[in-house]
Amino acid sequence: MRLELRGITKRFGALVANDHIDLVVEPGEIHCLLGENGAGKSTLMNVLYGLYQADEGQILLDDEVQRFDGPGDAMTAGIGMVHQHFMLVPVFSVAENVMLGHESTRTAGVLDLDSARAKVEEISARFGFQVDPDALVEDLPVGVQQRVEIIKALSRDADVLVFDEPTAVLTPQETDELMGIMRQLRDEGAAIVFITHKLREVRAVADRITVVRHGKVVGEASPTATDAELASLMVGRAVELTVRKEAPRATENELAVSDLRVTGPDGQVLVDDVSFTVRGGEVLVVAGVQGNGQTELTEALVGLQDTVTGSVRLDGQELVGRSVRRILDAGVGFVPEDRTEDGLVGEFTIAENLVLDRTDGPPFVRRGALQLAVRDEFAREKVAEFDVRTQGIETRVGRLSGGNQQKVVLARELSRELRLLVAAQPTRGVDVGSIEFIHKRIVETRDTGIPVVVVSTELDEAVALADRIMVMYRGRVVGIVPADTPRDVLGLMMAGIAPEDAPGTGPENEGDAA
Amino acid sequence: MTATTVDTAGHGAAPRTVAPVTWKAVIGLGVVLALYALLLLLAPHEGSARFALSTSTDFVVLSTIVVPAMATAWVCGVVGLVVVGLAVLRTRARRPVPVWAVALFAAALLVGFLAWAAAGSPRDLSVVGLLGGAVGLAVPLVYGALGGVIGERAGVVNIAIEGQLLAGAFVAAIVGSLTNSPWAGLVAAVLASALVALVLGLFTITYRVNQVIVGVVLNVLVIGLTSFFYSELLVPNAETLNTTVRFERLPIPLLERIPIIGPVLFNQTIVVYLMFVAVAAVWFALFRTRWGLRVRAVGEHPKAADTVGIDVLRARYRAVLIGGAVVGFGGAFYTVVSINQFGREMTAGAGFIALAAVIFGKWDPLRAALAGLLFGFATNLQNVLSVVGSPVPSQFMLMLPYLVTLFAVAGLVGKSRAPAASGTAYTKE
Repeated sequence: MRLELRGITKRFGALVANDHIDLVVEPGEIHCLLGENGAGKSTLMNVLYGLYQADEGQILLDDEVQRFDGPGDAMTAGIGMVHQHFMLVPVFSVAENVMLGHESTRTAGVLDLDSARAKVEEISARFGFQVDPDALVEDLPVGVQQRVEIIKALSRDADVLVFDEPTAVLTPQETDELMGIMRQLRDEGAAIVFITHKLREVRAVADRITVVRHGKVVGEASPTATDAELASLMVGRAVELTVRKEAPRATENELAVSDLRVTGPDGQVLVDDVSFTVRGGEVLVVAGVQGNGQTELTEALVGLQDTVTGSVRLDGQELVGRSVRRILDAGVGFVPEDRTEDGLVGEFTIAENLVLDRTDGPPFVRRGALQLAVRDEFAREKVAEFDVRTQGIETRVGRLSGGNQQKVVLARELSRELRLLVAAQPTRGVDVGSIEFIHKRIVETRDTGIPVVVVSTELDEAVALADRIMVMYRGRVVGIVPADTPRDVLGLMMAGIAPEDAPGTGPENEGDAA
Repeated sequence: MTATTVDTAGHGAAPRTVAPVTWKAVIGLGVVLALYALLLLLAPHEGSARFALSTSTDFVVLSTIVVPAMATAWVCGVVGLVVVGLAVLRTRARRPVPVWAVALFAAALLVGFLAWAAAGSPRDLSVVGLLGGAVGLAVPLVYGALGGVIGERAGVVNIAIEGQLLAGAFVAAIVGSLTNSPWAGLVAAVLASALVALVLGLFTITYRVNQVIVGVVLNVLVIGLTSFFYSELLVPNAETLNTTVRFERLPIPLLERIPIIGPVLFNQTIVVYLMFVAVAAVWFALFRTRWGLRVRAVGEHPKAADTVGIDVLRARYRAVLIGGAVVGFGGAFYTVVSINQFGREMTAGAGFIALAAVIFGKWDPLRAALAGLLFGFATNLQNVLSVVGSPVPSQFMLMLPYLVTLFAVAGLVGKSRAPAASGTAYTKE
């Protein structure tokens, strides 16, 4: 089925998320929608899927104008979507999830689970999936959950399939498998929309590429275009894709973590006897697929986890067991993974957010009273220094873009006298321009001679920033390797396979990787 | 009171879990046993206890059991001690205390307590009366809990069960009196309760007001309205507006003559029989039908349901209304089954105990119904003991059902998981 979007415009108040977007997707092609976070890709697809109503424009399938009042209408018309955040009920079985919404029933509305199981098995066989129809979705690994999403869409005979940022939660190997599935679907005649901001994937699989920026289509690109061409089209100017940095100069400072274990509320071991050292003047990137203990590791370093055993020594001082306040006072800077949830108070102004962690004494508080003049001067200085694009320091942080919010967090954390910087996913949901800036500041911080720990799920970022890379899988350290380790080795490590005969795991790293 | 150690199963690929050791069960059982022993030591109650097992119409008339009270009580205490010992061993081995052990513990201490309480009383303690009354008192709790389960499974917490029961009882009294038909009263109660549910739905689903607040406000509103109309309307016109005809008991031939079980289960009114049907029906509907699948989907992950074309708000409205209608049967029980007139605030917190039964029953219709029966039993125990002439002050006995509720919900629920979206309104972004 041929999908055509004509002049789709969607406004949220004053913000124009989609500005007269035109898009044609032919059957039997993979059409890539490339754009930065916040460019309006997901909004467009939600319009297509009936979740939002467009303010202007038309959706046509095989040249017939469609009207979707809800996802039900879109599905009936033959549109299927593999959502970025899986739309699966965790406590339901695979078959129940697949049948939900178009259940086949026996008399009196009694569910016919057998036909749903058969459907799951039939589609699984077609694509060589190993999916048990009776398994509970919450017990399945994310890669398999995504396949359930695909089965769900196919079980409704979707001819147009939308993949919304499908690779965010996958290992590189799983990503390759997904690409294979997409090609197979294409060859069967489906029209596929692939939404992503990862250039490598675009070039691997796309037949056509449409680039979106600030809610507008800014051009088409051929799959043979270089990364630099695609990036500059996406961002609107030339972008430096590599991080410029000198060889690390090790200093006396040191973060030494040994046998660190974090246990969750139900007794599951989230961080499993992790040991590593980071020398001053060095960036250690903790890589791995999301949800393999990296979050808990960083939170344990800063004292945000409850049940922690083992030792974290910063320049010889033990941090485990200290309160968060005392850990921060020891000189730890922390950029949390979710800036809107843990890093900032959205309803507070930029100035207020910049001194959130400094309200226990001078210079910002004297005799219990906030020193507003001092605070505002400090805020103006930091806004300028970190290039926060805003109307003023009285702007509420919640109204800033992701990149500017992250700069506020970074400005706050780097403005203290630091002896360790821990940054979790510092560039997630951040525009390319801000990414450059954040990377630069992280490298500068390293060059002041303190240890830096960065968590990243993006292999490109890990390779670009790291002096060494530590890969985590299911709470354990798979290995610690130099930054120039080949991508496929890193990919295997992210799937839990230790690089026994991989190059680069020399004797100097063995102690760390044990 | 938790400690952890590691299972040293080696470094496979699977994520490890460390079983937390929790002494909650042991402590709970131990405290109850200690209180029990203290009671026996400080207030020994010599004499013999008489348990009557049969009614005169049974096939076989079982003779009244007469036991020496203190000896029985102590033997039961020893059984309890054995269970505590078992619980210690199980906990040490990092395994959960089995349910049957807790049940045995409760049964032993209950028998011992009854023997102690009934000792020296000239009257027999009727086991049939104890159990039969429990079923009766449990009826509003079970209906209330079923209604609550349906609502919460769809994502709407129903704090207003109390108000729904009261509204049902009130309207059933008026309509039942005017028509002289208990059936009309029953239907009216179902409609009244569903009306309260409709208001709950309107505010929580459409206007997305906090569900707990709306529920509490509705309870207060219904108490206020019914109390006002009771004193202004029902008291002056008690003859015409507040004197119902009750449902007759419908003994089921043959089955009702089975000793103990017969009179307890098979000599009840239609509303009680319907309760057993309702428990099975709600379970089947929730877990075996399309309606149930969709109800559970909107209660667990409404966005997922929305993206497959399910109208989340409509599904929630339907569930809340059906749940309200089910609660209405329990409301009718007060004024067309139990007694024949309405009294001010006559539900006396039953709706809240039903809410506890929902949680104690882990949002499962069968377990919630069992929890309702347990709480009904605790209430009736208090009645029976005051008839026998128990040495325990009646004020303490009045606390019993609530204490049982508290212990059950706080101590014994164990790990349970509410429907993930329960309590949160659904908005499309």
